[in-house]
Amino acid sequence: MRILSKKNIITALLILLIYAVGEVMLRQGIIDSYIELNIMLIGINIILAVGLNLVTGITGQFSLGHAAFMAVGAYTSAIFTAKFGQSFIVAMVFSAIAAALAGVIIGIPTLRLKGDYLAIATLGFGEIIKIVALNIDYIGGARGFMDIPKYTNWTWLYFMVVLSIVVIKNFVDSRGGRACISISQDETAAEAMGINTTKYKILAFVIGAFFAGIAGALYANYFYFIKPDSFGYMKSIDILVIVVFGGMGSIAGSVVGAIVLSLISLFLQSIPELRMVVYAVILFLIMVYRPQGLLGKGEFKLKFLRKRVA
Amino acid sequence: MEQVLQQLINGISLGSIYALIALGYTMVYGIINLINFAHGDIYMIGAYIGFACTTFLGMGFIPALIVSMVSSAVLGVIVEKVAYKPIRKSTRIAALITAISVSLFLEYGMMYFVKPETRTFPEVLPSQNITLGNVIVNNKDIYIVIVTVVLMLVLQYIIHNTKTGMAMRATSMDSEAAKLMGISVDNTISATFALGSCLAGAAGVMVGVYYNSIDPLMGMMPGIKAFIAAVIGGIGIIPGAMFGGYLLGITETMVSAYGYSLYKDAVAFAILILMLLIKPKGLFGKNVREKV
Amino acid sequence: MMRKLSLVLAMVLVLSLFTGCGSQQAAAPAPTGNADESDKETIKVGLNYELSGNVATYGQGLTEGIELAVEEINSNNGVLGKQIELVKADNKSDNAEAANVATKLITRDKVVAILGPATSGNTKGAIPVATQHKVPLISASATADDVTVDSNGNVREFIFKTCFNDSFQGFIMANFAFEDLKLKNAAVLLDNTSDYSKGLAASFKERFESLGGTVVTEQAYQAKEKDFRAVLTNIKGANPDVLFLPGYYEEVGLIVKQARELGLNVPVLGGDGYDSPKLVELAGKEALNQVYFTNHYSSKDDSPEVVKFKEAFNAKYGKDPDAFNALGYDLAYFLADAIERAGEAEPLKIKDALAATKDFQGITGTLSVDEKHNPVKAITIIEMKDGVQTFLKKQQP
Repeated sequence: MRILSKKNIITALLILLIYAVGEVMLRQGIIDSYIELNIMLIGINIILAVGLNLVTGITGQFSLGHAAFMAVGAYTSAIFTAKFGQSFIVAMVFSAIAAALAGVIIGIPTLRLKGDYLAIATLGFGEIIKIVALNIDYIGGARGFMDIPKYTNWTWLYFMVVLSIVVIKNFVDSRGGRACISISQDETAAEAMGINTTKYKILAFVIGAFFAGIAGALYANYFYFIKPDSFGYMKSIDILVIVVFGGMGSIAGSVVGAIVLSLISLFLQSIPELRMVVYAVILFLIMVYRPQGLLGKGEFKLKFLRKRVA
Repeated sequence: MEQVLQQLINGISLGSIYALIALGYTMVYGIINLINFAHGDIYMIGAYIGFACTTFLGMGFIPALIVSMVSSAVLGVIVEKVAYKPIRKSTRIAALITAISVSLFLEYGMMYFVKPETRTFPEVLPSQNITLGNVIVNNKDIYIVIVTVVLMLVLQYIIHNTKTGMAMRATSMDSEAAKLMGISVDNTISATFALGSCLAGAAGVMVGVYYNSIDPLMGMMPGIKAFIAAVIGGIGIIPGAMFGGYLLGITETMVSAYGYSLYKDAVAFAILILMLLIKPKGLFGKNVREKV
Repeated sequence: MMRKLSLVLAMVLVLSLFTGCGSQQAAAPAPTGNADESDKETIKVGLNYELSGNVATYGQGLTEGIELAVEEINSNNGVLGKQIELVKADNKSDNAEAANVATKLITRDKVVAILGPATSGNTKGAIPVATQHKVPLISASATADDVTVDSNGNVREFIFKTCFNDSFQGFIMANFAFEDLKLKNAAVLLDNTSDYSKGLAASFKERFESLGGTVVTEQAYQAKEKDFRAVLTNIKGANPDVLFLPGYYEEVGLIVKQARELGLNVPVLGGDGYDSPKLVELAGKEALNQVYFTNHYSSKDDSPEVVKFKEAFNAKYGKDPDAFNALGYDLAYFLADAIERAGEAEPLKIKDALAATKDFQGITGTLSVDEKHNPVKAITIIEMKDGVQTFLKKQQP
């Protein structure tokens, strides 16, 4: 697969085009701060969903603790930018690494667990991290961490989103990705075929956590204030819902899912009391009538670029 | 020393609540392999039904308890038929998310109707203290333990000495074979849900009477803790759930007693993770090899 | 097929976001008659409250008070001759959503001021939005000191609060315990998940120790818990002669009840989070003896305004008001008063009028705004005897 193939060049141009359009619209004020804020939220959700999809959809590891990785990233970035006065790029690198480490820490003990047990164990880990954060006064504890400098902007967000999608998509298409898929299909068979399931399971967790950390950093440095409660299991469930809604195993699905669900949540702002009830019903209907999600396992292919075979 | 005794008593009452809720979890999981996230919310609704009975209908403790247990059982069956039956053949993740959606629906639906503020129960069970030295035991503590033990004994009886119970055990072992033997799997599952929910409702009413405070989100944490208790004892094993409930209640109380009350939830989860790693079938579970 | 559909769906939704389809909500009385010119004939005020999520009780309580007040104001000819239109929004008890909601209220609904959120945490989330867009934001219950003042000690120009600072209430109670009640050994039981509680506890401890008292033990609980006997047993074992319990009534009621059941009969001190009729329901009358708390006012206050408020509240909602309802009520009147003085419903002018408030008469007391945008008002100490609030003393700042 040549890097400079026609498909890749067009994709790259498309990416840059969307970026430019966004940047222009923001500068000209066509996009006001309300839309900007929601675009940020959508972007962060995309990164989180794509990461979780790798763990849960592709590798079949049912994780309910993804928000904890986001928390690690958010707090790390907050500490580096607000307390240590570092630049955003430095903070983000550390956030991603810290989150990845958390991924290792959570991935290793849970290697032997499957299905529901794995889900609850990851939920437990997530809660433990949240409780620990609540009790550390250096980062504010329950009071939260305030006055985080606002470094996140369209440029950062967009290119991080693109980065996460490109990296994970390429991983999925690679041998490593195929190993992960085989693990989700039938782990025993994969072992029997000589695939190092341990390595790939942890790798999936680490990559997912890495990007969740980046998402956390983007979040912290946009919303200026973070508190541990925002990263509990409800947030993990939110992300899981996006992944399932879009289609487990489909990267494009996660992107579409993030966009659609964020917008649904936005529309439901108008009926505050019934918002969660409507959300729950939507969720239920999807599970019953289309459990494979919007896109199933498929992806978008730029079909119109293919030459016809004579 | 007396403080330790007091804490032990505290732990036992707390444990009773976890045990009752855990019983329902373990039964349902044993039979359809589903973590019923909504179970904690049935406990909450049971509490509200008890509240309605005592406050608006002026019932006493035992009548309210019975009404709540019956209503919770009915609710449990409705939830099963409407929400869980359609997804019985789906993937585990779909089932789990469905359970989560039911849980959210119940929580926020209640919140919409009854408003998020806490409610209090009228004084249906006058409180008396028995003082043994410096240790104080409340008569409500005793009631809770008695009710829990009685309900568990009744449950054991039903499971081991009735046809329905036998059907439940058969279905949880192998539902296909059970069907072949003429057992109505659907009805058995409904019965399981009914029983489990009935117990959760009882726990709800008792919590309402004991602590005198209920709110729509009260089921979340106890629900998860009860699940942990069920895992500790061995999921699908009824005495295990009881044991797990008490163990968790006492451990939690002891953690607080040693000054780490802020970490008690973390400790509960840590115990869960340790159990899952070391003895995933629980303390009373049998080791079953995974067949390829 | 499905993939194309979902792509189209996503694009449609994104486009509608751009055109701002999802944003109209008004919750309160529309003006009669000039429906087309409603923008000019009404003054839009945004409500940014926790209407769902784990602190929904407080958000809803404040909203109820505000809506009652606005109803009254509107029936009395409104403000500057115009009706107030409330745009209500739910921040889901989440600070990012609080920022989102604040942005929507300002940029889409074009409100001239924002009331809320209820908790300090969520208010902190909305602060940068209000400051960036230069629209005043007032909270009636965000008690953290750093809500109105930033880390360098500078006041946040567009942020105001009408409630006491955490540091103030804790300070007063420490004085009260040591000097009035002459108690030297205190146990502190705080809510670790509430910055209000932690703030009060911290300032209490600092003041109490500086006066010469000793804090014999510090224990903590989490909001929404029901069983406190473990920590109470610990406290009992430490032998304090007073218990400082700065929490909200939902937990405090249960704690006091369980404390008395465990034989812990020392005086209990707290803050304005106690003020609710539910406290008596939860704790039971007998338990509420020797309980003292600081408050903005006394609901036993026989003054005509308070009585009128209680009656009006009961008439509209069918229940007795608690502190949050009262604070919300006053908050609305506070803002209305500022708008009147500003002479125009314009955010910058309102901001100046707010900062200049002197001796505003609310039912929760008379308040002026100081240079740090904190309220200067008298604090009342209430004693509970057999579950009945009795007024103990009032202290001017």
